[in-house]
Amino acid sequence: MIPPAFDYVAPTTLAEAVAALREAGEDAKILAGGQSLIPVLRLRLAFPTVLVDLGRVDELRGVSEDAGTIVIGAMTRHSEVLEDPLIQQHAGLLVEATATVADPAVRHRGTFGGALAHADPAGDLAAVALALDAELVAEGPGGRRTIRASEFFVDYLETALSPDEILAAVRIPKLEGSWGYRYEKFSRVAQAWAIVGVAAAVRKEGGAIAEARIGLTNMGSTPVRATPVESALVGASDLAAVQAAAASAADGTSPPSDLSGQADYRAHLARVLTGRAVAAAAGMSS
Amino acid sequence: MTDQMDAGLVAGEIAEHPDALSKPYAGGELGRGRRRKEDAKLVTGQTNWTDNITLPGLLHMAVLRSPMAHARIVSVDVSAALEMPGVIAAYSGADLAEEQGALPCAWPVTADMVHPDHPPLAVDEVRYVGDGVAVVVARDRYTAADALEAVAVEYEQLPPVVDMEAAIAEGASLVHGDKGTNVCFRWPFASGDSYADTVAAAGDDAVVVKRRFRQQRLLPTAMEPRGVVVAPIAAADEYTVYSATQIPHILRVMLALVTGIGEHKIRVIAPDVGGGFGSKLNVYAEEVLALVVAKRLGRPIKWTESRSENYQATIHGRDQIQDIEIAATKDGTLLGLKVELLADMGAYLQLVTPGIPILGAFMFPAIYKMKAYDFHCTGVFTTKTPTDAYRGAGRPEATYAIERIMDELAVELGRDPLDLRKQNWIAHEEFPYDMVAGLTYDSGNYEAATEKAEQMFDLAGLRAEQKRRRDSKDPVQLGIGISTFTEMCGLAPSRVLGSLSYGAGGWEAAQIRMLPTGKVEVTSGATPHGQGHHTAWSQIVADALGVPFDDVEIITGDTDSSPKGMDTYGSRSLVVGGVAIHKATAKVLEKAKRIAAHLLEAAEDDIEFARGTFSVKGSPEAKKTIQEVALATFAAHNLPDGMEPSLDSDYVYDPENFSYPHGTHLCAVEIDTETGFTKIRRYVSVDDVGKVVNPVIVQGQVHGGIAQGIGQALYEDAVYDAEGNLTTGSLVDYLVPAAPDLPHFETGRTETPATSNPLGVKGVGEAGTIASTPAVMNAVHDALRPYGIRDIEMPATPERVWRALHGSSAGRDPSGTVGLLGASGPDTAGNAAGGAA
Repeated sequence: MIPPAFDYVAPTTLAEAVAALREAGEDAKILAGGQSLIPVLRLRLAFPTVLVDLGRVDELRGVSEDAGTIVIGAMTRHSEVLEDPLIQQHAGLLVEATATVADPAVRHRGTFGGALAHADPAGDLAAVALALDAELVAEGPGGRRTIRASEFFVDYLETALSPDEILAAVRIPKLEGSWGYRYEKFSRVAQAWAIVGVAAAVRKEGGAIAEARIGLTNMGSTPVRATPVESALVGASDLAAVQAAAASAADGTSPPSDLSGQADYRAHLARVLTGRAVAAAAGMSS
Repeated sequence: MTDQMDAGLVAGEIAEHPDALSKPYAGGELGRGRRRKEDAKLVTGQTNWTDNITLPGLLHMAVLRSPMAHARIVSVDVSAALEMPGVIAAYSGADLAEEQGALPCAWPVTADMVHPDHPPLAVDEVRYVGDGVAVVVARDRYTAADALEAVAVEYEQLPPVVDMEAAIAEGASLVHGDKGTNVCFRWPFASGDSYADTVAAAGDDAVVVKRRFRQQRLLPTAMEPRGVVVAPIAAADEYTVYSATQIPHILRVMLALVTGIGEHKIRVIAPDVGGGFGSKLNVYAEEVLALVVAKRLGRPIKWTESRSENYQATIHGRDQIQDIEIAATKDGTLLGLKVELLADMGAYLQLVTPGIPILGAFMFPAIYKMKAYDFHCTGVFTTKTPTDAYRGAGRPEATYAIERIMDELAVELGRDPLDLRKQNWIAHEEFPYDMVAGLTYDSGNYEAATEKAEQMFDLAGLRAEQKRRRDSKDPVQLGIGISTFTEMCGLAPSRVLGSLSYGAGGWEAAQIRMLPTGKVEVTSGATPHGQGHHTAWSQIVADALGVPFDDVEIITGDTDSSPKGMDTYGSRSLVVGGVAIHKATAKVLEKAKRIAAHLLEAAEDDIEFARGTFSVKGSPEAKKTIQEVALATFAAHNLPDGMEPSLDSDYVYDPENFSYPHGTHLCAVEIDTETGFTKIRRYVSVDDVGKVVNPVIVQGQVHGGIAQGIGQALYEDAVYDAEGNLTTGSLVDYLVPAAPDLPHFETGRTETPATSNPLGVKGVGEAGTIASTPAVMNAVHDALRPYGIRDIEMPATPERVWRALHGSSAGRDPSGTVGLLGASGPDTAGNAAGGAA
């Protein structure tokens, strides 16, 4: 459990960080809390030559409002997300999902941006970013660009970020209207990764669901948006309709098979949990 | 004040600090719920873990481990590692072959047991993933870790042997080719009447239930991994070995035997040790290697285990297949029990590996009266990490099997499971009771414990809720599980261990030293690794000698300062070590009384002792405190003629019998039939551990034990793939439950004193672990029985339960581990399901 040797740089501004990353070259890794990277290093599953630690880049931390959008600095820690009034008010789904991430120690070190950039499909927050139509702001030598969540998660542990780019912030549109939300996480022990997770946000109009956003955790090599369920839910006004729509939750997904669950079990869980998440989000009790 | 002045006069003109002398003993120490005196140090980090130890010139050792389950070692080349800056030495197994010796197994259970050579570093073959192949020694642990990657090993792969049943089938590949078999031993044990004859004699009246249970392999997961530091004094050929071990005394003997270094030249210190659960009751390769390398280099050596290594190279627990058959008459009277056991030894025999299932052999009949018992165990070698003692060590396995099959028998007979137990258990007035397995249970009151548990649990209310949920086909079903367990503690009477071919005795040593100021130093051979020995021992001594709790200092874990001992395992510390201390205090008191009589110029028979004060019958003003006697003994100015001027004593206590704690645990689970998830709704335990020295410590042991047993029932499983790789090699995949996963434990006690020792104590270290696994699994089965489900293997994972509910045993996990036994589709007819109450 001793990592291989590496060089370490700790810039204090984003510009310095971008420069440091470019200088370090392709074998560099960004340290953004370290709750995934450090174990990987200790197990000698990765051999980066340089670690660029973003921990001292203050401008990457904090939450602000930009018109209809919440802007969350990439280095904002999970524990800060949990306590932030803006996020609580306008992106409650993120708070609910963040509260299920690992344990308090991890939540005090791990960062929102770090979790998204790591792009582990078993991570809880990517499905939320997807469901909330988040935009990810990347900073690189060529300047700043914005990537939609639907285009950000490319494959298992792979994002649309280029090796010289740093995830700077995440922009989450405020939900307008009467939205309800629920993150249903299914894991064997509280601190474990989700076997399956479902992030659901629904807007109701006149007692029926008018709009639904559903992201799935650990149902493929990336987080997945359950679009067939979303469209089937429109107009649903009772539990039976919700469950009928949830039956297609696993359609088009390719869940993994591992010690925690075979693919068919995960598909089943996705259907059950989607039904529960939507019902809870829509205030329909079973 | 007069006490102090008297003491001052005896000692001469020395001005005492007021705190240096004792306050009177307030009484009531035995049974008092004191907070542990160990904890302030632990929670503030002022600890001395083995890994905290640093010494001038310390070198760091790292072990290169086999990535293959079974292979011939073609070559090991350490030359590139040796060229790395900071690397001091590197050795292959062949390099150390002459001095490394063989790791010991102290329990040859049969005369013809196959006992393969177990070199600390493999020389010719590796036999499990994690088997040591080479060591490197460097100036820092980072360099040592890097240097491991520079060691080149060429392997020639041999067939892995993963499955126990395949291992003993004809034509199986062999773990130890030169032994000609994978069978380590066959251990038959027939006790009482013949099982077959008894069942045959009952004819049509006999009801027989058979089941196969799998005790999955478990990883002990002590919070502190292992570690060792060896400090040599080269010129004197003397060695101090610091080790995160449960057994410094046994380790000292064994290191001497393995390496040939004189026992008197080895000092073993177990500093603060962070948990063991049996996994540190062993003699490990790294302990021997660190010693051998320190001797070679004449430099201190440290090795600290990582969690990944801990899961590969520290012993594993359980791993048995149990074929159990129980017979009763139609009216529910038990006739007998037949058990056929396969026990996985792993690749080699560690210290007591073969003895674990044998300990269990005596516990299958549990608390039940029956006349016939047939037991047979086959020990099997596989290319996996060796197994050995893990909390309960044989007894949880046995208890699980009997408690599960009692429920199955109840279903077969259409009886309430608790009612069936009551019909067959030993009634409290029948103690002492000679069990069919040959043990004599000295005391117990199963009725009282069960009655109390039932009261705490609201059994009737939960049964009513269960019926409502069943009738309404609620997606969440309720199950109720019972475990009326006993166990054997206080390991062990030496003559019994001898009759079982164990290589040592089961006594424990204690020493009391009264210091001049009246403080008391106590040495104990029982070595703590988290239990709270120092608190409990202080309470025993304070109560016996009538001195304040804070005046007692306990010295443990160092073969220099507490030189004799048999260490800590098998819930033996209080029952054997505590009694040894109690008996040592009696010797001190006896002598102190003679001195007091002399000082008070009274006849010894006229001296009374209470709360630390000797007084003369009929003359209450004539008295001496025990502290005054201690100071007078130190001064030695006025002692009886010929008396040794000391107030010390030694006692080595060898128990006459085991002790038999028991209890009734009741568990209610909710099973989400849509996901298969099991949630423990309620958990009630009533334990009878005899007299209690410290109820807070007892409760802590029960809590931790229940949690660990729940771990086996629902969460933990060491899974190997077909190639012999441990696929649950980290805490990400090996799920140990934590506080959020566990229910509130409602604990209660009844107190039926042991009659086999003067303190009346029985031991509590393993009770919770033994009791809780069957309680939880019986609850799971109780919930699922209406669906026609007969047996879910442990751990009852959500996926297993879901597959059982949906009639699919397909989709076994990729490792090819055994899936479900006996799963079938929903049975709408239902059955008694143990819910008749």
